[in-house]
Parts: sequence; structure tokens; C-alpha cells
Amino acid sequence: MSKRNVMVNVEYLTRVEGHGNIVVNVKEGKLETCQLQIVEAPRFFEGMLQGRSIFEAQHITSRICGICACGHTLASIQAAEDAIGFIPSEQTIKLRKLLLHLENLDSHILHIYLLVAPDLLGVKSFVPLINSHNTVVRRALRMKKTCNDVCDVLVGRHVHPISSIVGGFTKLPTEKALDDMLHLLNGLKPDMDATVGLAATLKFPAFARDTEYVALVSDNNEYPMLMGDVGSTDGIRKNKKEYKVLTNEFVVPHSSAKHCKLSRDSFAVGALARFNLNADKLHPKAKAAAQAIGLKPKCINPYLNTAAQLIECIHSLEDSIAIIETLKQTGINHDEAIVVGLNENKMIPVKAGSGVGAVEVPRGILYHNYEVDDKGIIAKANCIIPTGQNINNMEHDMKKLVPEILNKTDEEITLALEMLIRAYDPCLSCSAHFLDVKFVNR
Amino acid sequence: MNKPKVSFFDFACCEGCQLQIANMGELLLDVLGAIDVVEFREVMSEKWVGEFDVVFVEGSITTPQAIEHIKRLRARTKTLVAYGSCAAIGGVNGMKNNYKLEDIRKSVYGKDANFFPTVETKAIHQVVKVDYVIPGCPVYLPEVVAVLKAFLAGLPRPVPDNAVCVECKLNENICLYERGVACLGPITRAGCNSWCINHGNICYGCRGLVSNPNTKGAKDILEKYSLSVDLIANKMNMYNKCGENDNRE
Repeated sequence: MSKRNVMVNVEYLTRVEGHGNIVVNVKEGKLETCQLQIVEAPRFFEGMLQGRSIFEAQHITSRICGICACGHTLASIQAAEDAIGFIPSEQTIKLRKLLLHLENLDSHILHIYLLVAPDLLGVKSFVPLINSHNTVVRRALRMKKTCNDVCDVLVGRHVHPISSIVGGFTKLPTEKALDDMLHLLNGLKPDMDATVGLAATLKFPAFARDTEYVALVSDNNEYPMLMGDVGSTDGIRKNKKEYKVLTNEFVVPHSSAKHCKLSRDSFAVGALARFNLNADKLHPKAKAAAQAIGLKPKCINPYLNTAAQLIECIHSLEDSIAIIETLKQTGINHDEAIVVGLNENKMIPVKAGSGVGAVEVPRGILYHNYEVDDKGIIAKANCIIPTGQNINNMEHDMKKLVPEILNKTDEEITLALEMLIRAYDPCLSCSAHFLDVKFVNR
Repeated sequence: MNKPKVSFFDFACCEGCQLQIANMGELLLDVLGAIDVVEFREVMSEKWVGEFDVVFVEGSITTPQAIEHIKRLRARTKTLVAYGSCAAIGGVNGMKNNYKLEDIRKSVYGKDANFFPTVETKAIHQVVKVDYVIPGCPVYLPEVVAVLKAFLAGLPRPVPDNAVCVECKLNENICLYERGVACLGPITRAGCNSWCINHGNICYGCRGLVSNPNTKGAKDILEKYSLSVDLIANKMNMYNKCGENDNRE
């Protein structure tokens, strides 16, 4: 068994966002190659932003990713406002927290049901499940649509939100809109309960590798998503301005996305990292669900990132409802609505500066950094994407996993690797957008 | 009746227009009852080797490999649909064409620029024949559903060719020019139900220009409201840069 040869070559991994290949080569029982190759065509967003107005950054960077468009929007706005020294109102911050919850809910549900569940149920996609698990598929599509419908009310749409911009919101929810969102979210609760029930029956692969988990941390009792310092399970705590020190990007020959590390060889960001650092700050219902499915920090099985996403779904749903109820009590101040294009009228003052946004989006911490001149024109832009931070950790997982499963068939090894990568919910087109690529052996 | 074999492919894009399909909710099951989706990498592992009746292509063409890929795809496809702005008009990827190709390659790849060839961003119709277009960043789902219905019924459905202003007026929005803000609605192709303006933003021209834009009228509006032409030119550039190559031909 130990002397066997294994060649895994998965070209264009499916059910992930973007284009990546898995290449593993075991020769006479010895692991020779173990790579996650990112083959996404870069789109030069970093270059495209140069010379454009800081007020256009959100619109453009939202287009980096259709799945986490609201996440890019919020990181971009935070960096832009930090750069020009604009301080958002309390109401704006509440609405942004709500938007971020909706983003996480929407993305996690897509990942749990449509991208991961087929593997756990032994089929190639959700399509065969339409016949075998019709109620599950209908529930998934219904939940996904509800998240979208709430986003439609709040910001016009989920894919490339319309009204969330630098300064605040171009359209603020009416009292009826708040009620509509509450109605939709309360309607989601039975489906969420059923999802927890389903998760309890799914069997995730067993695997463990201790690594450093990195997420936003804070000193208050809120599960930090929009704001906070950056912390790790290895005891790091730094301000977001030090994002370059926190990610230590380095180039490897086989990937068009840079790799990252912090205190050790690799680190992980995302739902499991957030759970491992902040589980005690989750909503009580989310805590109870974690207990029910047996998830507790520090969990070092990367396959359980999907389970952590489910726990976060419950938290996001409950906290969204709480935020809207608070807004109903205080009432929305409609005088805060921003007229877009105010940059053109010079009504939001700009000044030269550098700003950093660090926001917990579905796949982990997303950093945006802009340097602007005194007219608010972008001189330099940089984005560090969660998937980019995770790729190195995925490869280290693969290197530990492959020797442990050499007694399995090639097909089983391939599936185990595909499932491992999918568990991170990678967003490969995001991760390839901002890189310097080097091919040393070509 | 044999269900048409349909697939989704993506080139340089954010995959958000494909994601709109998953956002249909349970309506998606009705759609899947009428068509046979045989390949869709973002959400399916199944692959198809035969011919396609309809292929939805998302994304722009930005590499030599993509040019070869789209040509092979075209040869296997009866009806090819440019799906979303990146495919239909080049979209935001076109902003890359503001730079000299050599400069942007060097800035991204350094001394190894030759290892990773890139080409000027092109919309799909600038590389292969396109049979139908659904523009939008992202696509507007009611329009996608209407196109699918027309296709299944064998009925023609022309791509809208009036200006966004027409829909915006019907939605009773206050004209943004009245608020002193420049908007691309007057020259941009309708069909989105003035989505962005309804939510307090401006039209960024993501659906491309109407086929016969009233540029004189647009200039008159800018003059009337004392707004600079540069403002509009800069906004145009965000989605419609690739269109400059159409005019050149």
C-alpha cells in the first residue's frame, strides 16, 4: 500500500467560484507534488481603479465578485471613508451591519446547500437532488431567494448592491420596507430550523490539522463582522492598518494567486476561524445549534467550516431581526439619504490620505486599501482576498491529508480533495484579481 | 418534445450573472422542467461532450486561450447568447483597454510578462458570431425569464432599444439632472426597469448604448445643467470602452 502511485489531476474544479486545478502526484508512496493551481485570468482591477474617483471605487470593486458583491462593497466603502476621513452615522453603521449579515446568510446558504450538500449526499450536483430530495432543494432555493428579496428591499439587489455607497445610503428603508424585511426574515426561521436538523444527519469527513485561525476580534460583546482589530488563535492582535504584516503575501510558482502566512506556515480565515475566536459572542440560538451538532472551539477539522457557516447563518438571521427591530424603535432619519454624485458637487469633502477596510465577508477577512490624492482620485489600490489568504492553508491540509488516505481508491482520494477545497468555499476569481504572477519553471 | 440542451460558460467575469439563475428561487425548478441544463461549472460537476442548443456565455475575452475556447464552443452551439454586460459589451473589463497592453502586463507580471499573455478586452461578438444578447450588470432576472419563455415558444423577442429614461419616467423617479447629477439614462439601452435610479443611484450605462443615441440631445442636457462633458465621458468609459472597437470597424 505504501509503495503505490497516485496521480490526481482535477482540471477546472467544479462547484466553486472561479477556475482552479488540483494536482497531486504520489510516486511509490511518496508525495511529490501537492498543489492547488489557480488558473483564473486576472482582470486588472487594481490597475483599473488608478485614476478613478474614490466615489466610484465601490461600484467598480463590487464587480470583482458576484457572490460577495455586498462584502466588497462594504470593505471598499470602509477603506474609502477611512482615506478621506469621513465618519459614518450610527444609522448607517446599523444598516451596513444588516447588509453584511444578509451577505453572509445568502452566501453560506448557497454554499451549504448547492455546493457542499451534493458531495455529502453522493451526487454530482443539486440537479439529481430535485427528484431524490425535492423538499430539501425547494427549501434551499426558497431560503436563497428570501435573502435576495431582503437585499432587494435594503439595497436594490444582492448582486452588485445599488444604494450602499460612500457616505451612507442613496435610498433609506421606509417603515413599510422595515416591516417587509422583518416579515421575510421571520418567515425564514422554520427553514433555518429544518436546515439545522438536516446538518445533524450529514456526516462530514474526519480530518484534523492544527493551524492558526485569523479573524476580527473586539473587546465588546458583539460577534465582530464589520469592525474590530485583527486577531489570531496564536495570540496575535493588531490594527487593520497593519494588514500587510498580517498577511505577509509571497509568490509561489504554480499559482496565479499569492500565498499568505502569519505566525506559522499557513493560516485560515472564514467561518470556522471566526467561530474559533468568537464563539462565545454568538447569539444564544446559534450557540445552542453548535452544541446540538457538536461543534466547539477550537475545531481543527477544515471540513467543518461548512458547519460553522450554518451556525453563523442562525446568528446572522437572529441579529438581522434584532437590528431591524431597533431601527423600527428609533425610526429612520430620511434626511441622511445621500444624493449620489455629490462628489461631483463637492459636498462630501475629500482630502489626500490612505485608508484600510477590513471586513468579515463570507470567506474571511477582506482587506481593501486605497491611497487618494487631495482631489479624491485613486493613486493606488490594493485588495487582499480571503480565499487568497486560505490557499496556502488548503495546500498544507492537502499535504497532510493525502498520505492519510492512500489506502483509498484514486476516485475516493480525488473526491476527498475536492471536498476539502470546497469546504473553504473558495472564490477563485476574487483571489486572482490582484496579483503579481511568476512562473519559475515554464 | 425534447428539452433543449442548455449550458452556461464563463470567461473573465464575476459570475454574478450566473448566480442570478440561482436567485430565481423555486421558479428555477419550473425552468429546469422546460430546459435540460447539461453543463454549468459554477454549480454542477456534470460535463457534456455533444452539441448545445443554447449556450449562455458570461464574461469577456481577455486571453489567447479564451479566444480558442470561445471558437470551439461556437462550433458546437446552435444559439449562442452573450449573457451579461461583460459578454455583451465588454463591461468593466474594458477599462483595462485604457492602458497600453504592454504597460499593464508589466505592471502585473513584471519581468515574466511573456509567460502570461493577455489581449485587449473584447466583447463576445467581437470574436465570434453572437445570436442573442442579454445585457446588464447584473442581468435583470425578469428579462432573462422573458427571453427564455420567448425562446421556448419559438417567438422573437427584440432586445430593447429605447433609452432607460423611458422606463425611469414610467417609474415616476425625479430626474437626476434636476438634482444636479449627471446620469447615463438618456443614451443607455432600457430593459432593466431603471433599476439603479429607482434605488437612488445613477445610470452607469451597464446595458450599453441604444443603437442610435441622441448625442446632441445629451450634450444639450449637459449644457442646460452646466455639467462637464468629461463627467459623462468618464462614466461612459466604465462599461462601454470596448464599444469603441465596434465604431472603428
